[in-house]
Amino acid sequence: MPGFLKEFFNRNGIGMGAAILGFVLFWTIGLIILPQLSMLDFSFRPNLPPPEIGGPKDVYTLENYKYLVFGPEGGSQDYNTVDLRVFFRTLVAAVCVTIFNLIICYPIAYYLGQTEGSHIRIFAIMLIIPYWINEILRAFALRIIFGETGVLNTLFVGLGIWDVPFDFIRNDIALYAGLGYAYILLMIFPMYNVIESLDRNQIEAARDLGAPWWRIHWRVVIPYAKPGISSGCTMVFMLSAGALAAPQILGGPSSLWFTQLIYQQFNDNNDWPQGAAYAIVLLVTCILFVLAVMRLFKVNMGDIGK
Amino acid sequence: MSAGVGVDLENLWIRFGDFVAVRDANVNINGGEFFSFLGPSGCGKTTILRAVSGFLDPSEGNVLIGGKNMKGIGPNKRPTALIFQNLALFPLMKIWENITFSMEIKGASAAQRRKRADELLDMIALPGQGDKLPSELSGGQRQRVAIARALCAEPDVLLLDEPLSALDLKLRQHMRTELREIQQRVGITFIYITHDQGEALTMSDSIAVMRAGVIDQIADGKTIYNDPNTAFAASFVGENNVFRGKVKKVMDNEVLISTNRSGDLVARVSTANQGKMSEGDAAMMFIRPEAFTIAPTGAAGDHFVTARVNHEEFEGNAFNIFTEGEGGKEIKVSIPNHGQSFEDHTGQNITLEYETRNAVAVPAGELAAE
Ligand SMILES: Nc1ncnc2c1ncn2[C@@H]1O[C@H](COP(=O)(O)OP(=O)(O)O)[C@@H](O)[C@H]1O
Ligand SMILES: [Mg+2]
Repeated sequence: MPGFLKEFFNRNGIGMGAAILGFVLFWTIGLIILPQLSMLDFSFRPNLPPPEIGGPKDVYTLENYKYLVFGPEGGSQDYNTVDLRVFFRTLVAAVCVTIFNLIICYPIAYYLGQTEGSHIRIFAIMLIIPYWINEILRAFALRIIFGETGVLNTLFVGLGIWDVPFDFIRNDIALYAGLGYAYILLMIFPMYNVIESLDRNQIEAARDLGAPWWRIHWRVVIPYAKPGISSGCTMVFMLSAGALAAPQILGGPSSLWFTQLIYQQFNDNNDWPQGAAYAIVLLVTCILFVLAVMRLFKVNMGDIGK
Repeated sequence: MSAGVGVDLENLWIRFGDFVAVRDANVNINGGEFFSFLGPSGCGKTTILRAVSGFLDPSEGNVLIGGKNMKGIGPNKRPTALIFQNLALFPLMKIWENITFSMEIKGASAAQRRKRADELLDMIALPGQGDKLPSELSGGQRQRVAIARALCAEPDVLLLDEPLSALDLKLRQHMRTELREIQQRVGITFIYITHDQGEALTMSDSIAVMRAGVIDQIADGKTIYNDPNTAFAASFVGENNVFRGKVKKVMDNEVLISTNRSGDLVARVSTANQGKMSEGDAAMMFIRPEAFTIAPTGAAGDHFVTARVNHEEFEGNAFNIFTEGEGGKEIKVSIPNHGQSFEDHTGQNITLEYETRNAVAVPAGELAAE
């Protein structure tokens, strides 16, 4: 038995230890790994009607993956430009949402983390409470703000600043706002956690040595907060790229999110293998992208857990 | 010595809400001086230092550096550098980057900074350690890096907030000498904060003794030790035996004090209190352990104290005798050891003698907590 297991059992006792271990294994294997493996398996099989499953046609194939790149066999185009465009647009948009979110949340996290006083607690509660409202309601509430006859348009047209209502939805502004808003906490809290532990004296030392505020952030606060920043950015990026409700509700009619394509495959086309293949491409691409960015900024995997 | 930039505090008050952390401080620190604020923890030392460095605005009064009023000038624009109580080195920067952070701000090239860092590392006896991280150095080494980082900014005034308190005793004593040497080499004004009277006495040109926001006395170490202004200064700096009583008779600069337990004793009135003590006033009288000698039994008079010995100890350089004193407190007597034979007096009455100049009388006042 490896040392850490022995210590684990010593600490918890055999009975309790076995129960905890069993639960954790059930959780990770039964609820996470096995379903995902079956998705992976799906993605390499053809979409067959139930009677043919297990029959001679049920063989492993790369068809579903090829479809994303090249489109239907014998189709009019060499590449599946529609789906590929949606795919890359989703990734780029998720990156934009992440950066946008980071820019907004860093000052908030810094303020929360470095200010003392009971009002900080109230701010934190004010940030958390809106998350009790479910995602769909929040998204529709944003439609009220950004819609053609929504609050903003009524205000600006009424004030005579715009002649005609601005289409926030078709221009994806509502979508970005919705996605940004949806994950604001996931960005703020990891950063807040790290920044809160930064010794104030370091900020003062930098200031005492003559540093202007931006350099204090650049050289002292941001390097220190890097684990929190990467943790927040990773979560916001992953969740934005994988979001479904916000794009459905706030996206313009033409702006498909890649998750919507996946949803269509599963639901409308009833093509689970195709849907699984798309989902896995999205997942793997996101992971590789995050790993590449982490490498670029010299972030360790362990930092993400902070 | 007076070439450097001086610091003046004029009628300085600092309040936090209703709490007065610094009460009407008036201090003139000469350029090039090693000046210490000495006082127990919580008496407002750090607060004063923060007002000098610019992190805190005085509630009233002025801070002048080089004769120039610092009102409205931020910490990054003052000619001061602060060494924090916990050093506050940047943990993610290499030592050389830490040291030359102030040059980086001014836009110096990496090569220039490297060169300066190497010079400073030589000065603090850490050559070749520039590429390490602060966490890879020992406490004493980090201490010296913090000094180098502050000196690299070429301040006119270096402010040090209990910089040695985290070090072990041996290192602390070694760093005292080193700090004093560095100060004399660079010739700038040092303002040093400590609750350790040994540090203040050994390093400083001048010392301000502080008590709960008030400065009791400003003088050189010898004066503070030999001629304290207040009961607090007398009891906080060095070991002292206190005798409480009332002034019975005033004779020029001496007083006869009728003590609570030891009869009438004569003492010199401390310089600042001369002419201010009159008959009937509550007074305190202080005699240092080393100022006593053992007199032949039976000797009596106004500079003899007779007391019963509780216990004795041998400290190497001295024999310590503890006799019964006032209110459960003992009188400590310290007889230097120069190889003489020494008999055990435990349980006996002995008579102690002192010279009048070694007994200091001040008006009764608050004593330093043990
Ligand atoms: N920002 C603050 N708000 C309220 N009280 C403070 C603040 N800073 C210091 N104090 C109080 O002022 C007194 C002096 O503190 P300080 O200057 O840090 O003492 P020290 O002599 O130990 O350095 C203490 O009683 C402390 O509690
Ligand atoms: Mg302090």
